[in-house]
Amino acid sequence: MEEPKIGVFICHCGTNIAGTVDIDEVREFAAGLPGVVSARDYKFTCSEPGQLQIKEDVKNLGLNRVVVAACSPRMHEITFRKAVAEVGLNPYLLQIANIREQDSWVHKNGSTEKAKALIRAAVQRANLLESLERREVPVTPSVLVVGGGIAGIQAALNIANANHKVYLVEREPSIGGRMIQLDKTFPTLDCSSCILTPKMAAVGSHPNIELMTYSEVEDVSGYIGNFKVKVRKKPRYVDSELCTGCGICIEKCPWKTDSEFDMGLGKRKAVYTPFPQAVPNVPVIDPDVCVYFEKGTCRACEKFCPPGAIAWDQKEETVELEVGAIIVATGYDLLDPSPLTQYGYKRLDNVITSLEFERMCSATGPTGGELVLKDGSAPQSVAIIHCVGSRDKNYCEYCSRVCCMYALKYSHLIGEKTDADVYQLYIDMRCYGKGFEEFYKRLSDEGVNFVRGKVAQVTDQVAGEEEQGKLVVVTEDTLLGRMLRIPVDMVILCPAMVARADADEVARRFLINRGADGFFLERHPKLEPVATASDGVFVVGCAQGPKDIPDTVAQASAGAAEALSLIDRGTVEIEAATAVVDEEMCSGCKICLALCPYNAITFDEEKKLANVNDILCKGCGVCVAACPSAAITGRHFTDKQIFAEIDGLLADVKPPLVAV
Amino acid sequence: MVTGTYEPTIIGFLCNWCAYQGADLAGTSRMEYPPNVRPVRVMCTGRIDPTFILKAFAEGADGVLVGGCHPGDCHYLEGNYKAIRRITMVRRMLEQFGIEPERFRLEWVSASEGAKWAKIVEEMTEQVRDLGPLQWWENVREA
Ligand SMILES: Cc1cc2nc3c(=O)[nH]c(=O)nc-3n(C[C@H](O)[C@H](O)[C@H](O)COP(=O)(O)OP(=O)(O)OC[C@H]3O[C@@H](n4cnc5c(N)ncnc54)[C@H](O)[C@@H]3O)c2cc1C
Ligand code: FES
Repeated sequence: MEEPKIGVFICHCGTNIAGTVDIDEVREFAAGLPGVVSARDYKFTCSEPGQLQIKEDVKNLGLNRVVVAACSPRMHEITFRKAVAEVGLNPYLLQIANIREQDSWVHKNGSTEKAKALIRAAVQRANLLESLERREVPVTPSVLVVGGGIAGIQAALNIANANHKVYLVEREPSIGGRMIQLDKTFPTLDCSSCILTPKMAAVGSHPNIELMTYSEVEDVSGYIGNFKVKVRKKPRYVDSELCTGCGICIEKCPWKTDSEFDMGLGKRKAVYTPFPQAVPNVPVIDPDVCVYFEKGTCRACEKFCPPGAIAWDQKEETVELEVGAIIVATGYDLLDPSPLTQYGYKRLDNVITSLEFERMCSATGPTGGELVLKDGSAPQSVAIIHCVGSRDKNYCEYCSRVCCMYALKYSHLIGEKTDADVYQLYIDMRCYGKGFEEFYKRLSDEGVNFVRGKVAQVTDQVAGEEEQGKLVVVTEDTLLGRMLRIPVDMVILCPAMVARADADEVARRFLINRGADGFFLERHPKLEPVATASDGVFVVGCAQGPKDIPDTVAQASAGAAEALSLIDRGTVEIEAATAVVDEEMCSGCKICLALCPYNAITFDEEKKLANVNDILCKGCGVCVAACPSAAITGRHFTDKQIFAEIDGLLADVKPPLVAV
Repeated sequence: MVTGTYEPTIIGFLCNWCAYQGADLAGTSRMEYPPNVRPVRVMCTGRIDPTFILKAFAEGADGVLVGGCHPGDCHYLEGNYKAIRRITMVRRMLEQFGIEPERFRLEWVSASEGAKWAKIVEEMTEQVRDLGPLQWWENVREA
């Protein structure tokens, strides 16, 4: 190996690093390390002039290794790799010492000493770095979108309109998601289905979109640009090719169950579409409700279906897709408020959730748009309780962001449908979006009672004549500093928006992370809001965190743009830091074969040797650590490089072996 | 041997996808914690060869902390399960060498658990500080 000529570049990051780390001391120290030919510091090494400093030194001093002591490699490793590559140095000959996130930002004392140790370790490791070859592979120019709510719909249309193939996989029999369950939408009060159904129809008829409803992703393999996806399609028992969507089967079916779409407030048939404007407009037969599956009888739907589309013998099917990028848009669930027993949900009549209220308001809903109590009468008074489980450290610490606004919307809707008095029981009104404050003002003028305080309980234990037959909301009014008892006919709870119940499984399937709030984690909260830890997998909409429709749509378009820029590029660079088997050392024991999670290792029966497939290997290193003959090298993380790093970290500590 | 100014040095092996990101997040959120852990970034805990841990102790570390993704969350599917098995073996080896079990820790830290990382480092630093410097050979002789 050539004589190492290392340049060390220390970043001040304004005062982010220089504020706690003594830059001069560290620079002098770095300059004295073996192999280092120059050590320099700069205010912002990542800036144009900062990068120029590195490039100039590589050219003028003939540096063959570069160490940058700055922020986390997760921030700027790529920036600096590019910079050194521009002056002809192999990008893998760069080493970062993270003296910001894991040093200057977290230690009041001792950050200078730690910076020195980190830089020494980086320099020692840099000594042993080797050039790696960057490889590019072609990209499959199609995209998988998972989840057909407004987020998935928007993303799919954006990509399809750019003339790329989209596979849209939705678990339910129809696309539409939560938005199609809503009645009107704040702050403009436009009707949710009026603005959504045209987009749904566009998805259904788009030549570039292959819509797969009643389907779920079962398995994902491959890597950025070249994913292989297995989709499981549940049997509909209705032939989509033959079905004309006339709805006669639904009419004739005698079997009923609670409608999931109507939040259990209404009924649906055993053969059903979740709602009239479903896309695709092809019903499904629910085998748990249909008696044919139990007793082999009935078949009313079959008898009456004009085109003969009922298909009892349909089986579950698995389809394999190849895509270049994946957009996860699986949305949210509402927190089940029953564990918050103080609010009486499921225990007291006429305590309902916001989504139940949305269904009740909808003209196509279970009450035909009437706002009614259990006994069929109209409520005289309604209390809306905000922050049910949100901003509550026992449930969800975060704010669900849409409840204040839809609660205001409810005041208006209740006013349209009844003469009821409305009470808004809030902690803080958060009306931050475009047109929101104006909407708040408008509703305040419409005459709503605002009570600031966290509700203690909802009870049917009455304490006087005027509370007779009512639900009593017991709350503190923190503005007046007194307890209130508010008798009402109906209570609407605004439960927290939470991650989908199966978010854990989904995260694993797509190799993405979840945040402390349970939602999928973006790669960077500000600058990479839709990218994830998995290259080529993006997350948009409420799957990433609570948000309203405008933010969801904006994010979905951002995800589509990211996916498009990936598949339009045509090629993608793949991991160069893969594992490689030394044929001389391999004993053919096959231990590594079973360990590789990607089946990237094969066995050459003729030579009796293990072989790593470069394209499939993702460089995790599990085989490297397991090989009993030390025959596998993990490129860029070799044993020698890591040992050198450990050495460097500990060189100022007296080893106990010497102490004896 | 334990003097008032004794500060232990702990080597941390952090997987790139969870623990290292978690530690970065502790930084971004400016959570203060002791500077005693010096990190080595590896792609996955599955890459951690037992010799790395022994090497760290041999070079003078007073403790070793391995941080990875929570079970089931490994970026490479199951590297951390493989790490668990190897680390069980390492624990037994360390015991044989007379190294107190408190000097070695395996922790799961997700990319969003900056506060957890800070707390682990704080706890472990205190624990190892209380144990004092590693007296590897003396312990072996006594054992
Ligand atoms: C009561 C209430 C009222 C609201 N009112 C308003 C309003 O007036 N104005 C406004 O701007 N916002 C409002 N919102 C917010 C709005 O509902 C969301 O912003 C929007 O629905 C988010 O869309 P999404 O596509 O991200 O998620 P979702 O609508 O949840 O869609 C996700 C889709 O993915 C599917 N899916 C889930 N998991 C899988 C899987 N594993 N595989 C395949 N498919 C899957 C689901 O079936 C669903 O179709 C309200 C929210 C609530 C709770
Ligand atoms: S990537 Fe974190 S343990 Fe495997």
